[in-house]
Amino acid sequence: MSADTLEDMEMGATEKRTVVVGTGSHEDPDGIQNYTINFGPQHPAAHGVLRLVMELDGEIVERCDPHVGLLHRGTEKLIEYKTYLQALPYFDRLDYCSPLGMEHSYVLAVEKLLNLEVPLRAQYLRVFFAELTRICNHMLNLGSHVMDVGAMTPNLWLFEIREDCLNFFERASGARMHSAYFRPGGVHQDVPLKLLADIADWLDTRLPRLFEDAISLVADNRIFKQRNVDIAVVSKEDALKWGFSGPMIRGSGIAWDIRKAQPYDVYDRMEFDVPVGTNYDCYDRFMVRVEEVRQSARIMKQCLSEMPEGPISSLDRKVSPPKRGEMKSSMEALIHHFKLYTEGFHVPAGEVYVATESPKGEFGVYLVSDGSNKPYRCKIRPTAFSHLQAMDFLMKGHMLADVTAVLGAMDIVFGECDR
Amino acid sequence: MGHSAPHVVASEGLADELRGLVGSDLLALIEAHDEMTLVVARDSVERVMVKLRDEADYQQLMEIAGVDYLDRPERFEVVYHLLSVTRNHRLRVKLSADEASPVPSVTSVWPVAGWLEREVFDMYGVIFSGNTDLRRILTDYGFSGHPQRKDFPLSGYVELRYSEEDKRVVYEPVKLAQDFRSFDFMSPWEGAEYILPGDEKAPPAPPAPPPAPAAKAEEVKKDAASAEAKKPRAASVKAATAKADGDAKAKAPAKPRAPRKPKASEDKA
Repeated sequence: MSADTLEDMEMGATEKRTVVVGTGSHEDPDGIQNYTINFGPQHPAAHGVLRLVMELDGEIVERCDPHVGLLHRGTEKLIEYKTYLQALPYFDRLDYCSPLGMEHSYVLAVEKLLNLEVPLRAQYLRVFFAELTRICNHMLNLGSHVMDVGAMTPNLWLFEIREDCLNFFERASGARMHSAYFRPGGVHQDVPLKLLADIADWLDTRLPRLFEDAISLVADNRIFKQRNVDIAVVSKEDALKWGFSGPMIRGSGIAWDIRKAQPYDVYDRMEFDVPVGTNYDCYDRFMVRVEEVRQSARIMKQCLSEMPEGPISSLDRKVSPPKRGEMKSSMEALIHHFKLYTEGFHVPAGEVYVATESPKGEFGVYLVSDGSNKPYRCKIRPTAFSHLQAMDFLMKGHMLADVTAVLGAMDIVFGECDR
Repeated sequence: MGHSAPHVVASEGLADELRGLVGSDLLALIEAHDEMTLVVARDSVERVMVKLRDEADYQQLMEIAGVDYLDRPERFEVVYHLLSVTRNHRLRVKLSADEASPVPSVTSVWPVAGWLEREVFDMYGVIFSGNTDLRRILTDYGFSGHPQRKDFPLSGYVELRYSEEDKRVVYEPVKLAQDFRSFDFMSPWEGAEYILPGDEKAPPAPPAPPPAPAAKAEEVKKDAASAEAKKPRAASVKAATAKADGDAKAKAPAKPRAPRKPKASEDKA
């Protein structure tokens, strides 16, 4: 593609973004030119507002230039103007398919700066709901990946499970998606016993039945395999070079899982396996996620059997608010509550980088504090950003129809990629 | 027991090993919060990264973050986060830069640096020499300015809307229906440097930036001062413009604060 064309295409939002045909510069002797097409920004298989500018030689992708940032909301800038507690709900809205995974990194970063101890029950609750989030996220991703390559039914069945998960979130926090449930110091509120009992029931009956049913439709399906096996093979070296993480790096055969390698909360007490791929292709990435769902269910069951009674939030009243009942009788509790919800808490100056294994990969928060009640800088390390950057390298030489399979196996959500 | 954030243990003698490896390019080695930071000379970053990747086994570049410190001579910090999956360790490498001094690109060391550097360029205007594709990435097509800088207002300068008359999206200067509200929570016991009402005998603080209603306020408030001082410091200082607010925020907290307004109870949220 000539420089002029690229210039033309970037003219601005007012320019029409339709398919540009026959503007390529790679003319061959027969007079056949390369196509340059736009994939997105409004495309059902783009998983959000992704614009891919692709140069095609017939149906073969020669070059792929992803344009991101169409959902940029300036989250990091906004966080600099909010107190540490007010900044928390922004994390739900980053990767809106796995909100608690995002919150997890942030609360751990704040706690690390404060060096704040979290009660054991809160740690169990966090791990428990983080794993429920993983299941919830993978249901959406596996389903849409399957649908992107042509199958309808599994997606509908997996959405049943996702709906169950969202109902559980609602019962725990009051919100289906943007829970704001994890707080610096613990979680916002305790869960009713009935909820835990219902989830335990669900883990034993509904989840395995629906999930295994849906996966049995695709895992050995000939069409699904034809669309995914040997597509976008990534070697171990390439996966490291391109900053892959999560199922993407495990799909490339590297058994790297932050929950195992650098355990946080109570993951060091959990017993679970880390699945890895053997052929390093899209099918492997899909199957890694499938196995992760089973492992997540295993972790959740362990949480349920081991979870102790006790406080669900730090007892340090300078960080976590007192109970409502306490405030009715204690003046000090009332003052603490007032101070926490107006001024917030001050965090000692310093900087930390905390990364957790979010369902999509390594989600990191680089938090710089200047000692005030607002973060000086909060850099969010999204997973999709690095993965999407590799699109050009992944797509080179593949067919146009493989784009959706590769995107599906990448598991991108633009709220997080663009921030 | 302490916090429950991811537990990363540095192996014995790692600091010395890295000191020896990086040699004279190392300006400082900081260990805090169980995390290790190398501060390196700007021009040496590419060869330092090659050494760290090939000899110290930091295989992955996870993140490049920019930070803006307005009061420093070289205002930007570029922070690289490396990960070693074999050593199971994270390392932070830092350098400082300003608008005029280009930072050598590390795209030759890790291809993933391409977009990460583009983002720092987009957000802060740090230039990376050797990055062949240094376009904007997150901001709009045709955007000007670098939004993460501390002197860039939170509201930005332009807003866009769909114009029914023109049948297209139009850009207009930002008009805020309500002023941006910024609350000053610094407590006088914790380093706020303005004169407390009733505390005039104390040595004078340096002059505060905005034109101060302080003198008048102190007169009025002399009597009420003792009672007022016990109230929580939720005094709100409405920034005249979002721009001014950006400046004030950047200088916090060591710099003098704007004087508290005499009466703030209506503004308390």
